[in-house]
Amino acid sequence: MLSVQPPAITARTLAEQISAAYEQKSSLIITGGNSKAFYGRHTKGFELSIAGYSGILNYEPSELVITARAGTPLKEIEELLAEHGQMLGFEPPSFSDTATLGGTIACGISGPRRPYAGAVRDFVLGATIINGKGDILKFGGQVMKNVAGYDVSRLMTGALGTLGVLLDISLKVIPKPAVEETRILPYDHQQMSTLLSTLGRQPIPLSATYLHKNLLYVRFSGAKAGVVSAAENIGGDVLRQADLFWHQLKEQRLPYFNQDRSLWRVSLPPNAPCVPDLIVDTESVTEWGGAQRWVYPKDTNALQQWASDNGGHASYFRNRPDANNCQVSSNDTNGSSFSPLSPALLTLSKRIKHSFDPHNILNPGRLYADL
Amino acid sequence: MNSNIAANIRTQRLASLIPMLSQMIPDHAILSEPEQLKAYECDAFTTMRQMPLLTVLPDTIEQVQHVMRCCHALDIPVVARGAGTGLTAGSMPVENGVLLGMNKFDKIHDIDLHNRSAWIDPGVRNQAVSDATAPYNLYFAPDPSSQLACSVGGNVAENAGGVHCLKYGLTVHNILELDVITIEGERITIGGQALDAAGYDLLALMTGSEGLLGIIVGIRVKLLAKPASARVLLAAFATIEDAGNAIAEIIGAGIIPAGLEMIDQKGIQAIEALMHAGYPVNAAAVVICELDGSVKEVEDELNSVLTILHRLNASDIQISTNEAESKRIWAARKAAFPALACLAPDNYVMDGTIPRRALAQVWTKINLLADEYQLLVVNVFHAGDGNMHPSILFDSSDEDQHKRATELGTRILELCVQVGGTISGEHGIGLEKINQMCLQFTNNEISQFHALKSAFDSKALLNPGKQIPTLARCTEFHSMHIHNGEMPFPHLERF
Repeated sequence: MLSVQPPAITARTLAEQISAAYEQKSSLIITGGNSKAFYGRHTKGFELSIAGYSGILNYEPSELVITARAGTPLKEIEELLAEHGQMLGFEPPSFSDTATLGGTIACGISGPRRPYAGAVRDFVLGATIINGKGDILKFGGQVMKNVAGYDVSRLMTGALGTLGVLLDISLKVIPKPAVEETRILPYDHQQMSTLLSTLGRQPIPLSATYLHKNLLYVRFSGAKAGVVSAAENIGGDVLRQADLFWHQLKEQRLPYFNQDRSLWRVSLPPNAPCVPDLIVDTESVTEWGGAQRWVYPKDTNALQQWASDNGGHASYFRNRPDANNCQVSSNDTNGSSFSPLSPALLTLSKRIKHSFDPHNILNPGRLYADL
Repeated sequence: MNSNIAANIRTQRLASLIPMLSQMIPDHAILSEPEQLKAYECDAFTTMRQMPLLTVLPDTIEQVQHVMRCCHALDIPVVARGAGTGLTAGSMPVENGVLLGMNKFDKIHDIDLHNRSAWIDPGVRNQAVSDATAPYNLYFAPDPSSQLACSVGGNVAENAGGVHCLKYGLTVHNILELDVITIEGERITIGGQALDAAGYDLLALMTGSEGLLGIIVGIRVKLLAKPASARVLLAAFATIEDAGNAIAEIIGAGIIPAGLEMIDQKGIQAIEALMHAGYPVNAAAVVICELDGSVKEVEDELNSVLTILHRLNASDIQISTNEAESKRIWAARKAAFPALACLAPDNYVMDGTIPRRALAQVWTKINLLADEYQLLVVNVFHAGDGNMHPSILFDSSDEDQHKRATELGTRILELCVQVGGTISGEHGIGLEKINQMCLQFTNNEISQFHALKSAFDSKALLNPGKQIPTLARCTEFHSMHIHNGEMPFPHLERF
């Protein structure tokens, strides 16, 4: 049984700070471990740190659920799960040992396993939050099925703290796969699309893909029998130290990510074509069976337009990974980081923001200038 | 509402609405005769009924937009409805409001094999999606028990689940994109063909919102590859504790079954009497476990599960060796509710979800409560998800029994919330369980729900009075509840 330590700061203290900010209409910048300070637009205000609101509140392996305070280091959660042969299914990047659970949910960034296991929001079962008026509110729960009321806890994922300050979060966890194997194949983008389209219609234990410079890496995870048979069928070379490779990809520590340029993320239907050379560097990285591309654009407007034309969207992600605690000098984050929303969606999003945060004090402008 | 006032409103609304609707909707798609409207007065929760002002059956998205614009302009409520298989009066009409039937939207427009998705109308039946995609070895994973009849639009509105959602997720995990018409008649696209979309995750918010935020007119569903092999196993237990421990140990061993169900003795006996499926009638409980994957994987997992079951003194273990045997075991489980209909005229099916660890404790407590209220309660549930379906059997023609059944239901849901669970796992809230929302949520939380609803529908015209109670209603419910649970006006259908 877990012994739950009281947090250094309490939910009540945080709620009082937000309540005071609401009264004074003063903006707050919500911070945790600052591991993803680079992500989203720049914003101004008083810092509200949740780093001291930390601790794992509940975890029983047979429940497949963990509940922890938002300031809990992601590392602590992952280590505890690993001790019991379990993991976070969305394989979140941490970008630093200081990464917290709250930041992970608020940023909504999923790792290599995402297309096969699900996104951050797919694993969120419940959340206690503080809205922009200082009310402590609990939505969802610790159970797999819950349809009471609107799904506010999942709405918090990727909202970059603009709708509420996360307090306690319950996540579904999954068993760590018994076996994993990664194969490398000399495939180009078209060959990858054809292969994955065929594999996608078979019960194959795919768990990650990576394509760069015409080398396709395919990971299989699961029970030994299924993994061995799938890997043998696909052929190619076995990647040694595969765990390290996927970790470095997830944490963006592969050399590709260490360039002194602005890195963009493109989210697309899996079989969308290559991003044209005219608008990006040709050496882009493709993950998620084709559904996620990492690119260095030559023309950001053209990239966003092309992504939209092809059923997806493109967003500014970061500058050099090792500059992650520095202010990004790029103009991107002062302008628009994310693909523009349609006028109807923007209006609706503003109304949603207003419903949680009537005085616009929570991370104002972090997601979009108007949110 | 006073009947004279209601009749006046009805007359005025019909006079202004029908000519306006007729500008774009053909006459045959506007139903106004009582005998036509009768078919739309309730969903599958048949004890609550309300005749609509009109039923409109559009067959184009433009017509849906027109209906919404008319109703918005005239301040007339709109309730959307698919197949009407909902179990919580969620698509029951509201007085003097329009019932928007989406049944004519029943086409599968595109099956995208490369991206494993399909673009479908909201009125397409759940099972029809899997049938249409079966030739490509694909299927749509959410499988509510009503999947033969229920529409996918309704599945999205209720975030429906089913036996297989333990492993493959609920509707929210299996859709990619929605086309939605707002109350103002505007068409918006939420989500997309990619795995995520810019901005807030409105796809998650729309799923399970019970028609209070918008009208769904198009859905891109995710398709999964059919597993190569599936085996179903049934095991009997002499005690509920052992059965509950078996559930926990299977999951704790790192196995996620495709389905993991549990039935108590009264349920087993009722099912056996109707289906003659070979269920062990003397067992305190049975556990049904489906394993799927590659042939070898299933064999390995089957061996692990059997080891657990033997250690926990399971008996009468049956293992399917082919699809027909699997179907036999499942068909009996899925016939649980018809089987219960043989025991009593009325069945109040609860839908509480609890953490699995509390399973035996809650089960025991439900039996004690059943004794206290002198009613028969049968437990059949999705044990892997902790989603209990205690069925309270009673006779609604006996006012006292009806009252006791209602109170007992509330006590059971209270118990679910107390152990960290929820009042609804898959059926939704609708009107049937709206008071119990006050058990789970504080006034501040309910106020936040209302604020969110207002962001979509400032005039509160979409399915009003459902899902989210007013604060006054909660106050009334709590005060009644505190004063020894005596319900005034027991002859009324729960408020």
